[in-house]
This record gives sequence, C-alpha cells and structure tokens, in this order.
Amino acid sequence: MPGHFEPIPGGGAAVALDEVEISIIRSLAVQLLELIGPGEEPAGDDGDPLAELFAEGPSEPPADPVLKRLLPDAYGGPGSAPGDEDELRAYSAEFRRFTENDLRARKRDDALAVIRSLDALTVAGEGGAVLKLSADESRSWLGSLNDLRLAIGARLDVTDEEDTDILYRLPDSDPRKPMVMAYLWLGGLQETLVETLMP
Amino acid sequence: MGQVSSAAPVEITRPDAEEETFAVPEPDVPWITLVHNDPVNLMSYVTYVFQSYFGYSKEKATKLMMDVHHKGRAVVSTGSREEMERDVQAMHGYGLWATLQQDRK
Repeated sequence: MPGHFEPIPGGGAAVALDEVEISIIRSLAVQLLELIGPGEEPAGDDGDPLAELFAEGPSEPPADPVLKRLLPDAYGGPGSAPGDEDELRAYSAEFRRFTENDLRARKRDDALAVIRSLDALTVAGEGGAVLKLSADESRSWLGSLNDLRLAIGARLDVTDEEDTDILYRLPDSDPRKPMVMAYLWLGGLQETLVETLMP
Repeated sequence: MGQVSSAAPVEITRPDAEEETFAVPEPDVPWITLVHNDPVNLMSYVTYVFQSYFGYSKEKATKLMMDVHHKGRAVVSTGSREEMERDVQAMHGYGLWATLQQDRK
C-alpha cells in the first residue's frame, strides 16, 4: 500500500515507494544532515579522535528555530516553577555542553541510516521499489521521520493544534502547500511505522 | 466526550522517599521530568516512546500522553537530578520536548 508501512512477519516493516517519494525523503534527510552538521567542532582531517571524543558541546541554544526545536533547553519552559532565570539558563547551558554533541550524533546517525537504506534500493518496474527495514532500521527511520516532521513543523511555524488545522485547509495556491503535503505524508509514514513497532 | 479514565490506577508506586529508614546525607527534594505538548509529535509516537523507554504499560503510557496533550505537560518520571537529566536527554533523543525541575509542590 503506498505511503503506508506494513509489518513484516518476523520483525521489521515494509513500504512501497515510487521514485519521487524516494527522492523527496532522501533530499529532506540530506537537508536535515546539513542542518544538524558536525556540531561546533568541525571534524578536521588532522583532528585528534580522542580530543573529539571529549570535546564539549556548545552552551548556547541554537539561533535557528528548527535546531532550537531539535535541541531544546533542558531547564525552564512553560509550567516550570518560577525560579531564577539566570540559574536556569546556566543549568541549561551546562546540560547542553555535555549532551548536545551526542544528541546531534544520534540524529545524524538516524538520518544517515535513512539515506543508506534508500540508496540500497533498486528501483524497478513502474519506477518504484519496496523498502524493507529490519527492526533496528525501523527505529532509526522512526527517529528520523520524527526529526524531519519537527523540522518542517518548525519551518511552517506549527506551534499549536490550530496551526495544524489551518495547514489542512490551505488553498493550492499557497506557497507552503508542497511543504505541507510532505509534512502530512511523512506523518502517515511515521504513524504506520510506529504501529509496526508497538510493544 | 465519554469517560476515558474511569478505571482506578493499579500502578505500583515507588516507596515514598520520606519513609526511608536510613539517613540520607541531604534528603533532597525529588526531581521530575516534564514532557511538554507539541502539536507535531504524533500521539501514537509519544505513547510508543513512554512504553519503550520507561517500560510503562500501554495504559499508563496512553494516560501520560493524554495528559501531555490536554494539560500541556505531564510528569513522566521522578528521581534524583542525575536520573532526570538522563531521562530528559533520552526524551530529546526521541524528539520529545522535555525539561527537568525540582518537584516543589
């Protein structure tokens, strides 16, 4: 069934994708990789692997709204107990220093797994292919589909439920329409992939 | 519409910190992990994360997800600050918007 993951007996999931769908997911995953980037510390050719391992992440939240959503602050936020703002910022900064590199690495690995499995597809008759994922690959895909939807959601400025309702009713002439279609389509893929993984 | 959560909770709660018999050096106020509502994250995905990361039952995971959805946020775990930082880090890994704070009630 197009646009829907189905469980494979024995574990894993499968979905039929056509050439256009494959290229859309791939290009979005590549954009996500570029956005997440190597982190603050660009891995130089002569980079010391040990130094990289112990490198601290940034302490400031990213300025880009998409990255800010993918890499949020750990302290503060709505509904938090009123506290010393400076103190919360300092806690968030410290948390970020010690976790952000790992978080970026995880998101990068998931996006790379998506690209790798798409590149392994042999597109045959009718310009489509059936993508088959192992349970592990399914988890990477699930994480990356979620990251992609968060990224598109942030770009489309989806901040509450009403925004989503508005997106459903956009006229075809709206320049955001293609992005919205991709967002909704990825939602369907993610929804059906979650179902195959439900414990 | 209908009654959603009529059944009484049957969770086994962790023993109360106050009831601990040994003297802990600084009896800390517990910390909590909050997950915030986000219109992008799918309800099924949030439930899946609560089940697979915390090992919660489908019922508990669904109830927490509904709390996040309707109340804007829910406490998904309680413990030491270090434990909560671990949980928040894991939630961020899944793409959920989570924060930790001391449980000042």
